[in-house]
This record gives sequence, C-alpha cells and structure tokens, in this order.
Amino acid sequence: MAEAKLQETPTEAMIASLDMPQGGWAQAAREDALARVRTMGLPQRRDEYWKFTRPDTLTQAEPVPAAIFDHGDAPLFDDTERLRIVFVDGVFDAEASDDLSLEGVSIDRLAAANSDLHWARDLYGKLEKNGQTPVARPLAALNTAYASDGVLIHVTGTPSKPINLVYHHKSETSDAMLHHVVKLDKGAEVTLLENGPAAARFNTVLEVEVADTARFHHVRAQGRDHERRAATHLFTRLGTESLFKSFTVTVNGAMTRNECVIELTGDDASAHVAGACVGDGDFHHDDTVFITHDAVNCESRQVYKKVLRNGATGVFQGKILVKEGAQKTDGYQISQSLLLDGDSQFLAKPELEIYADDVACSHGSTSGAIDEEALFYLRARGVSHAEATDLLTLAFLAEAVEEIEAEGLREEINGRLSSWLERRSS
Amino acid sequence: MLSIKNLHVKLEEEDKQILKGVDLEVEAGKVHAIMGPNGSGKSTLSYVLSGKDGYEVTDGSATLEGNDLLDLEPEERAAAGLFLAFQYPVEIPGVGNMTFLRTAVNAQRKARGEEEMSAADFLKEIRAKAKDLKIDADMLKRPVNMGFSGGEKKRNEILQMAMLEPKMCILDETDSGLDVDAMKLVAEGVNALRTEGRGFLVITHYQRLLDHIKPDVVHIMSDGRIIKTGGPELALEVENNGYADILAEVA
Repeated sequence: MAEAKLQETPTEAMIASLDMPQGGWAQAAREDALARVRTMGLPQRRDEYWKFTRPDTLTQAEPVPAAIFDHGDAPLFDDTERLRIVFVDGVFDAEASDDLSLEGVSIDRLAAANSDLHWARDLYGKLEKNGQTPVARPLAALNTAYASDGVLIHVTGTPSKPINLVYHHKSETSDAMLHHVVKLDKGAEVTLLENGPAAARFNTVLEVEVADTARFHHVRAQGRDHERRAATHLFTRLGTESLFKSFTVTVNGAMTRNECVIELTGDDASAHVAGACVGDGDFHHDDTVFITHDAVNCESRQVYKKVLRNGATGVFQGKILVKEGAQKTDGYQISQSLLLDGDSQFLAKPELEIYADDVACSHGSTSGAIDEEALFYLRARGVSHAEATDLLTLAFLAEAVEEIEAEGLREEINGRLSSWLERRSS
Repeated sequence: MLSIKNLHVKLEEEDKQILKGVDLEVEAGKVHAIMGPNGSGKSTLSYVLSGKDGYEVTDGSATLEGNDLLDLEPEERAAAGLFLAFQYPVEIPGVGNMTFLRTAVNAQRKARGEEEMSAADFLKEIRAKAKDLKIDADMLKRPVNMGFSGGEKKRNEILQMAMLEPKMCILDETDSGLDVDAMKLVAEGVNALRTEGRGFLVITHYQRLLDHIKPDVVHIMSDGRIIKTGGPELALEVENNGYADILAEVA
C-alpha cells in the first residue's frame, strides 16, 4: 500500500519509469543523486525557479512525441575539421562516429568506462551536486542518477581539432539522457561542439572542470525539430587565469530549458556565456544562468538575444552572485529580445547579489521591435523590406554570436541563423 | 528629371498641413538649391520624396523620369534612381558598413534586372571611392555610422551616393554639423558626381554650402510653398539680408 501511494507523485512516477545503469565506479554518485532527487522532488509549476516555464512536459514519465524535421541543409560544422561522436536518440552510434583517439585528449564513453580507477570517478555528479545550492536543479540530479551514456573527456594538452557531439533524432518517442564530463588539466585547451535535436525529449548534463590557465570553448546548436523538448545543464568550475566560453544557438523547439551554473574559484578567471535563439509559434525557450564569483579579479559576461515571432515565448533568468572577498569582479549581463510582432513575449528576471565592495557589475534587459529608423534608412538605399528586416535581425543577434572566438564557427552559426530567416520569409 | 506638381502633404498623426502646394522641376545635369527658414517644410519634402512613413499626400504629384514616385515603396524609389543623403544618418549596430553597401548596391541592381556586382569588383570600387572621401578601411569595417563623427557620417552618405550612382540626389542639410574642412571634402565629393545625366536638389539653411556646391537655380521655401526662385545671387541675398526681407517682399 505504501508503495502505491509513493507512485502517485510525479517524481516517483518518473523514477519508476527509469532504469539505473548498475555497477561500476559511477554507482555511488548515481545512488546519491537519486536520494537527492527524492528529497528535492522534480520541478513543479509553483516553484519560483520555474515561474516562467511550465516544467510538466519535462517531468512527466512519458515524453510528448516529437515529429522528425528534415531541414535538408548540410550538417552544421561540416566545414570544420572535427572528431565526431554520434548519438542517435541518445544511443551511441559507433559506425557513424570517428575513432576516439586524438593527441592531447583521452575520450571514453560513460557506458563503456567500467574500470574502478577511472579519473571521472571523482568528478561525475560532483559539480552537479555543488550546483544544487542555493537553487535546486532536480532534473540535473535525475540525470546524474539515470544517464544511460555520455562522454568522458580528459584534456591534457591542446588537441588539434574540436570534439563534436552529434545528436540525431530518429524516433518520435525517444527520451534520451546523456551525462558528459570534461576535465581540462592545467594549461590545456579544447573546443567542444554539440549539435542536433537529440531526441523527442533530451535531458543532458555537461560538467566541466577547468584547471588553472586552461581554456574551454563550447559551441552548441540545439537542432531544429519544432516539437523537440530539452532540459540541458552546464556546470563548470574555473581555476586561476582560466577561460570558459560557451555559446548556444537555438532555432525552433517546443520547449528548451538551458541551465548554466558557473563558479569562478580561481583569481583572474574569465567566463562568457552567450545564447542566440530564434523561434516562432509555440516556441518556448528559457535560459537560466547562475554565476558565482568567489575569487579576485574575475570577469564574467552573459549575452542573451532572442528573436521571437508569432506567439513565441522567451525567458531569461540570470544571476550574478559576488561573494565576500571577490574584489575587482567585472560582471556584465545583457538579455534582449526582438519581438517581430505583438503576439510574442519575453520574460526576464535579472539579478545581482553582491557582498564585495570593489566590483563593477552591470545588467540590462530590453524588449523591442525592429528599429523603424534603421529599417527606413536601409530601404532608402534600395534594400527590400524583407531583406532589411533580416539584416537588422542578424545584427541584433551579432553581439551574442561574436562571443564565439573561432571565425569559421561563427560563420557557420550565422549561416544557420540566415537559413532560419530565409525559411521564415518564404 | 524630378517633377513635383502642386504637392500637398500633411502629417498622418496630427491634422497638420506641412506642404501646401509645392511646384518644382529639376532638370538632368542641374543643381537646384532649396533654402528657407526652419519649419518651412524642406526636410518634409525630402522625406516624402524618399517614402518615409508618417506623411500623407493629400494632393499633387511627384515623378522621376515620368515614374510616379509616390506610388512606390522606398526601395523601389531607390532602384528607380532616387537618393536621399540624410540630415541625420542612422546608426545601425551590428551591420558592417561594407556589408550594408554591398547589399544595397546589389539589391538595386537586382531590382533593375542587372547582374550583381562581384565581391572583387565591389571591393576595388569602394576602396577607390572611399579614398577620395578620406574614408579609411576601419570606417568601412565598422557598423554603419557607429561611432562616426558628424563629418564622417556625412562623408559616408556621399560614399553611398558615389557607389549607388543615382540619377537624382537629394541632399538634406548635408552641411549641418560640418566644419569648413569637412564641408569642402563633402562638396568635392558631390561635385565629382555632377554629370549631365544627374540632377541634384540641395536643401540647406545656410548659404555657405552653396559656395562649394554652386547651384544653377535657388528656391526659397516658406510655410510649405516655394515663394521665390532665382539664380545663385538669391542665395547671396539671403546670406546678406536674412529671410525676413524676402518673406516681407512676397507677403
């Protein structure tokens, strides 16, 4: 009887629907995470942290089916030489993947790394657990407990090419959970690319430990399937003089919640997170960022731009927490939406919490339509209304896209955005 | 070239008549100047001709080589050969000056059924023309008009004019905010474009620009009408005696 009663909560219904991979070094972290999920419970509509985004389709045991969308374009990052690791609906595809050996880095799959002495044993779930305070992130803990696979990347040097996680979506009812761990040694540098819709519903955690003077670059494209849903979590901790740069482009998707939790723990470190999203109709996109400054003379930058049309919704929750003693902090946060019509909405909650007295933190949030003066100026030079609108839309997104350091990648992302604009106007 | 007949225009938002019957013919190869006190309707005329929102034509017509301008979208007017050098050029963050110009040149070519200009040809041409106007490579790369000084913005307008090669150029208070050196540079740029096939309408409050861009015909505009037309000497009269005498004379 007691068990039947437990099943009634959505949290227990979800837990009952999942199978925890058994054995191996991750077992303890998985059990610990499961206990935390039970204590926290999955997100509910009344939770303050989910005020602008309804969590139900992410927390219900069965995913909402999502149609496969064939965009017909060449795969993203095709112009970039890279090491591809392919997952189809969350299942590793050895055939489609490249050989995992590359100088300066060791790559294992979570599901295949059985040795008790694996380096990831000390990291798996650790940053995720750290990131549960002061705000609970139960979907991330659920991921630590149940992730079926993922990639473990130990960067010891500077690999010659980016590592690309490619996520294909082929089943309309797939429900994928992947957990990646990246560890950068002192002075190491790597670029991680992620692209593709992944599944009808995708829950992912990426934990990145950046040692002193190491540099991590991350460029992600979330896939254009209109009905896809995703809850992604990025946890990182930065050492002295290290660099972390993450950019995400989102085109379409019925539900996307991207959480990013950054902790600057070494002096003179720098963290940039940026996002450009474009969507129409039932598009719902939520960027939730929490940056903690816990060291001296660190810099952080959040740049989020959303283009919304035809009833789409954009959400931004961003917080900068400057701890006592984190002097000379330079924190910047901007979230802006371009509303292409009167039906779309942008909900923003920027927050600053500062306990040091010698810091420079700025934040801004705006919502606006296309600049009519600029539009007329372009048209007066012969540029058509549609083309001028596209030009101004890309210009609006540019500040976020410019956060990508590599020019080739930046161009590929701009190409993706242009293609959305063309499709939209046709 | 440009033919304006009995043009009546009011503001859309409020019931305020700005132009009250403007008649004007600008012939190919000629430079016409419109002078007048503030609020006489000079800038409104330039906006109405180029197709800016917010104005309603209540009577009259405006044609360019016989094409009814008032019936066209702003981009169609540009493709037909009309160019307005803005009094206040707009800053457009995120759009590179070069990208903007290339888009504009090719959009006009496409609209006229001409072949697009290749990247190499475009680069060659813009470099040469930019050099004449003392516009450096950095200004070409920067976002449109962003961080440009007043003089740089006006020179950038003339560069656009030089690249787009319009048939009819309207210069709206191009001298405002310019020092003497900048004005000379801008005037040189304009004079270089004076050809037999091209008409100019130079709108200005002061006579000094007309020392450098010599007009063939000068019109005085007041309260939405052209009240006096004459040769270059009319501009000097304004310079010496102000508008008051002319206004009194006409009244």
